[in-house]
Amino acid sequence: MKDVVEIRWHGRGGQGVVTAGKLLAETALGTGQYFQAFPDYGPERMGAPIRSFTRLSRKPITIHAQIEEPDVVLVLDPTLLGSVPVTEGLKEAGILLVNTSMLPQEVREITGFRTGKVFTVNASHIAIEEIGREITNTPMLGAFARATGLFEIDELTEQIRAWFGKKVSPGILDANVRSLRRAAEEVVEG
Amino acid sequence: MSTFEALAGNEAVATAMRQIDPDVVAAYPITPQTSTVQKFADFVADGLVTTEFVTVESEHSAMSACVGASAAGARVMTATAANGLALMWEIVYIAASSRLPIVMSLVNRALSGPINIHCDHSDVMGMRDAGWIILFSENGQEAYDNLIQAVRIAEHPDVLLPVAVCQDGFITSHGMERVEIYDDADVKAFVGSYQPQWSLLDLQNPMTYGPLDFYDYYYEHKRQQVAAMEKAPEVILAVAAAFNRQFNRDYGMFESYRLGDAEVAVVVANSAAGTAKVVVDQLREEGLKVGLLKPRVFRPFPAQEMSAALRHVKAVAVMDRAISFGAMNNAGPLFLEIAAALALHGERMPIADYVFGLGGRDILPGEIESVYRDMFRAAESGRVEQMVTYLSVRE
Repeated sequence: MKDVVEIRWHGRGGQGVVTAGKLLAETALGTGQYFQAFPDYGPERMGAPIRSFTRLSRKPITIHAQIEEPDVVLVLDPTLLGSVPVTEGLKEAGILLVNTSMLPQEVREITGFRTGKVFTVNASHIAIEEIGREITNTPMLGAFARATGLFEIDELTEQIRAWFGKKVSPGILDANVRSLRRAAEEVVEG
Repeated sequence: MSTFEALAGNEAVATAMRQIDPDVVAAYPITPQTSTVQKFADFVADGLVTTEFVTVESEHSAMSACVGASAAGARVMTATAANGLALMWEIVYIAASSRLPIVMSLVNRALSGPINIHCDHSDVMGMRDAGWIILFSENGQEAYDNLIQAVRIAEHPDVLLPVAVCQDGFITSHGMERVEIYDDADVKAFVGSYQPQWSLLDLQNPMTYGPLDFYDYYYEHKRQQVAAMEKAPEVILAVAAAFNRQFNRDYGMFESYRLGDAEVAVVVANSAAGTAKVVVDQLREEGLKVGLLKPRVFRPFPAQEMSAALRHVKAVAVMDRAISFGAMNNAGPLFLEIAAALALHGERMPIADYVFGLGGRDILPGEIESVYRDMFRAAESGRVEQMVTYLSVRE
């Protein structure tokens, strides 16, 4: 793992983008890493494009600036691809992970991101099937773990149980865990 | 035993408030402070604190309730930001001049207008002459640590002054980081219980707070406020030493980062100091001798100690997240104070001011690096190219 891994999340208000960033931070805490999770505060409206940021490191992080050149970009909502510059600043060797029914090659064509790695997973479909609602943050975390190799699926599962355990019913909790595991299996690279 | 938690700065502050369990908290919500008081209200509702939580209709009333409760002998805390602090204004002065040890979490945010909810230091710089002790915090950990120490500083019999603990709005108040949370019992033991010397509710020793005080004694009372400020540094350092013994985290009047052998230095407070540390490390790898001075105690201002810490450097850049409009060269308040301190202590190195980050404008490592490179040129030529630079502004 390089000194600091910088991650940018794209989604829409109400899709759990900020929660996903915090979940990742909690997971980092549980595995003894240093981290920062911070949203991009603007006018927050349900459905509006929003961004969130995460830094992960084995060493203390003192920088308090925005992330301009992320190592990883996650897109939780496929409709953002054509309207938001999701690959802006993404490092040449970076990772782009998109929730979409498209194949990675199609995402490369739309975004013009020809280098690095592109992963896709139909997190919306998984979420609707498993959770019954299009809340894509937990499946995207599963896909993230598989795409980056930064966390074990079991570490994330444990964190989701701790985070959601008291907030949702056991049924919803299990559905989130199933979503996470399924997405980790179904994510494809190209 | 302490634990490590993933907390936003405001959550860390609320956790400190839970552990301190003050007698009274009076506050009004204002962005970006709101999540502190919201979380603390949860603690009240869940019965985790015994605090009398006073919800009020404005910040003016919040600070008024704090003054009343503190005069009655209660341990009192509040939290606010920017325009909320501005609305407290009148009572902010009364709290200090009545010698009431109120502790405030101040989440630094730009003062309107135009309307802006993001970070700068225009709010706290407005209260610099109000008689409060003011502490800066780089991150959530420091905001948490400073708040715990603030209680003991404020309530010390030699001080009895209110303390404001600052952190940067959104950048650290809403940024989640790893924070070491100490054992509840250890924090409670550290702050102890408050034994007010002069309580309005002490019926055996009746007294008055805030009466008419004209040309007969007003001036003497102001002089006593000065005496309290004069005693504050010793108390601040003694509390820091006790804190370090208990919790193993070292605080002083300011932090010197790789400053000892530095040829040029930057002075910057709060979250941007963390970004500056990254730049210092990068430039040090290039072999450039650069250092950082990060103010912690802004009031009382440690002029002599700062001058001594900067004495050996060949050029100093101060970075200000506020403007003192109409002041000398329209500089920032931190620069004005440090420039005066250095000059009066006989230091004549070039010194420049860099205003940055107003209204939450991001400050990037590359921008801080450019400041260091400017300072190397100033060190070489013996003078600064420009006294005040508004960094990365569109002209």
